[in-house]
Amino acid sequence: MSRMNLLQAVNNALDTAMALDERVLCFGEDVGVFGGVFRATSHLQEKYGRERCFNTPLVEQGIVGFANGLAAQGSVPVAEIQFADYIYPAFDQLVNETAKFRYRSGSLFDVGGLTVRAPYGGGIAGGHYHSQSPEGYFAHTPGLTVVVPRNPYQAKGLLLASIRSPDPVIFFEPKRLYRASVGEVPDDDYELPLRQAEVVKEGSDITLLAWGAQMEVIEQAAEMAEKSGISCELIDLRTIVPWDIETVAASVFKTGRLVVSHEAPLTGGFAAEIAATIQQRCFLYLESPIERVTGLDTPFPLTLEKEYMPGPLKVFDAIHRTMDF
Amino acid sequence: MKTNRSTAKPVHKPTFANGDDIQIPVFTLLKPDGTVYADAGSTSLDETTARRIYRAMLYTRVLDERMMAAQRQGRLSFYMQCTGEEAAVIGSTAALDDADMIMAQYREQGALAYRGFTTDEFMNQLFGNERDTAHGRQMPIHYGSRDLHYLTISSPLATQIPQATGYAYGQKLAGKGHCTLTIFGEGAASEGDFHAALNMASVHKVPVIFLCRNNGYAISTPVTEQFAGDGVAARAFGYRMQSIRVDGNDILAVYEATREARRLAVEENEPVLIEAMTYRLAAHSSSDDPSGYRSKKEEEAWHKKDPLRRMQRWLLDRGWWNEDEERELTESLRREVLETMKQAEKRRPPALETLVSDVYAETPPLLREQLETLEAHIRRHPEAYPRSAPWLDGGIGKEGQP
Repeated sequence: MSRMNLLQAVNNALDTAMALDERVLCFGEDVGVFGGVFRATSHLQEKYGRERCFNTPLVEQGIVGFANGLAAQGSVPVAEIQFADYIYPAFDQLVNETAKFRYRSGSLFDVGGLTVRAPYGGGIAGGHYHSQSPEGYFAHTPGLTVVVPRNPYQAKGLLLASIRSPDPVIFFEPKRLYRASVGEVPDDDYELPLRQAEVVKEGSDITLLAWGAQMEVIEQAAEMAEKSGISCELIDLRTIVPWDIETVAASVFKTGRLVVSHEAPLTGGFAAEIAATIQQRCFLYLESPIERVTGLDTPFPLTLEKEYMPGPLKVFDAIHRTMDF
Repeated sequence: MKTNRSTAKPVHKPTFANGDDIQIPVFTLLKPDGTVYADAGSTSLDETTARRIYRAMLYTRVLDERMMAAQRQGRLSFYMQCTGEEAAVIGSTAALDDADMIMAQYREQGALAYRGFTTDEFMNQLFGNERDTAHGRQMPIHYGSRDLHYLTISSPLATQIPQATGYAYGQKLAGKGHCTLTIFGEGAASEGDFHAALNMASVHKVPVIFLCRNNGYAISTPVTEQFAGDGVAARAFGYRMQSIRVDGNDILAVYEATREARRLAVEENEPVLIEAMTYRLAAHSSSDDPSGYRSKKEEEAWHKKDPLRRMQRWLLDRGWWNEDEERELTESLRREVLETMKQAEKRRPPALETLVSDVYAETPPLLREQLETLEAHIRRHPEAYPRSAPWLDGGIGKEGQP
């Protein structure tokens, strides 16, 4: 075990994957000597050489197109998009190519080896273009797997599982937690399961569901609520798609109440999908409407970021609305 | 000499350049009538390869004629012909190792024909039946073959070009001396993916060959409205890449140019851009009518440069082919295509389960549930789903006989 922040855990996972499988390659903008603008790929070029860890030209569609080709060839590419806000030039390669490679060829070809890493999310005074949470766009594309870790231990285990998954994975890293989240991480190789939500804390009155950096927020809200005697069950969805309906539904059968929270805007956000599915599965068990606590339907702001963000107090209010319904 | 910021020579007057001083010539060996230019160098094309190429060209022509007719008869939903561009596609394929990767656009069935894709495989894809390896998921002409190293076609234009760069980078690391050929039209070369791919290939010294079929039109848009520069070939200079323009209807020129490109790619790790000047003698697709955007006169001029006729003349002159052989082969290919088509169109549609398989390596529970819901719905309304209802619960009857 070592004490690591989330960034070090990502770096450690990449190091582990590259050491054990020479087909694993890491590349992206500034990923080489410099080790990435956040330093997630520090020392990897030094250790594994320029052929396996390298800078690419500044062209996201090229990075993902190149990565698709590499994965089809049998390599195991881990491509970095410097910020999730800049993934959109690669949208076509991701939704029309990555996602459909296996299906359209009847498994003659696939890009299962591909992992695309991208820092996402707000809370760093990043404004419109360094704060977005685009998981909802990709969740709407069958064939993609979208994974978001909440802490260093989760980051290493989920990233290793993503790299080795037979399906292509988009791995969104909560950049607000890169240095803020610190914890014990095994030095050895380990994987955490994809497609499985985790019940982080059991409770009986209400289920709070989130992922990534928002887990910390619902934990704080739960602490406040516990003081007023409300017992909260906390679930980390971890894999956004394909999502673990069973774990969430089992919790809501028990509590009868659900609050889903994410940073992305409300309309068309993944919380909407969860709410629709859970009301259909758990209709007769629901004590109150499912609440969504999300960003506003605006571009991501700067100065008034705190007002925009679905912070602990907003979640706390939603818990009360749900309990008092 | 490679020029970068630090070695650029200073000048003290504003000096602009637009590249007009560089005119890229067209490499050609065969005259339009199929005789060899007097000063043309010798060709490395041997008799066996030449016959294999010509057979594939003839096959592609016959396949295209028959399938376009089938589309017109309403037997097929859609079709695209390679007609007029066979030399560019098949000549370049022939210059590769058969295990080199090909990532094409959609009009390159000649490459598959050359590598031995069977008529049955063509037909099963075209009719999207139960034997189609992609289970009828894609429109006709979206072929793919792992065994023949031919990536399954994807409709979005140019997406395969950066993928080819990545694939070839992997081939370089694997060290088995293979390269990737990616083929696309001059219209697709306007896409961002094209530029990304060339730049990355050049920066990372990747064994990839970019073959642009410049056939004059992107559906109806002529090259004069596609780009202002000297074709596509000149773009390579911006990436410091080897570039050549060839007569795309000249089988010898295409073959020699690609052979040398392959040597540069595999032995020197130099990516190459080839611009093959050609013409789409047929419509863009079965949904297109070229009379709205180009003249009969123009089409007739290009018919005179038909790549098949040119190669045929060259083969006849060498005594490597004769007219009886041509007639017999054409007839037997027509028969083969027609008979195979009749069988393929009678086969069952793909099993309902293939709607949800291959989305992921392992189908998620939610998708399995969606399939069950759909099956239950079809059982309630079998008359509305004649394609799938008869085959539910293991199906009935023998294959091909509902």
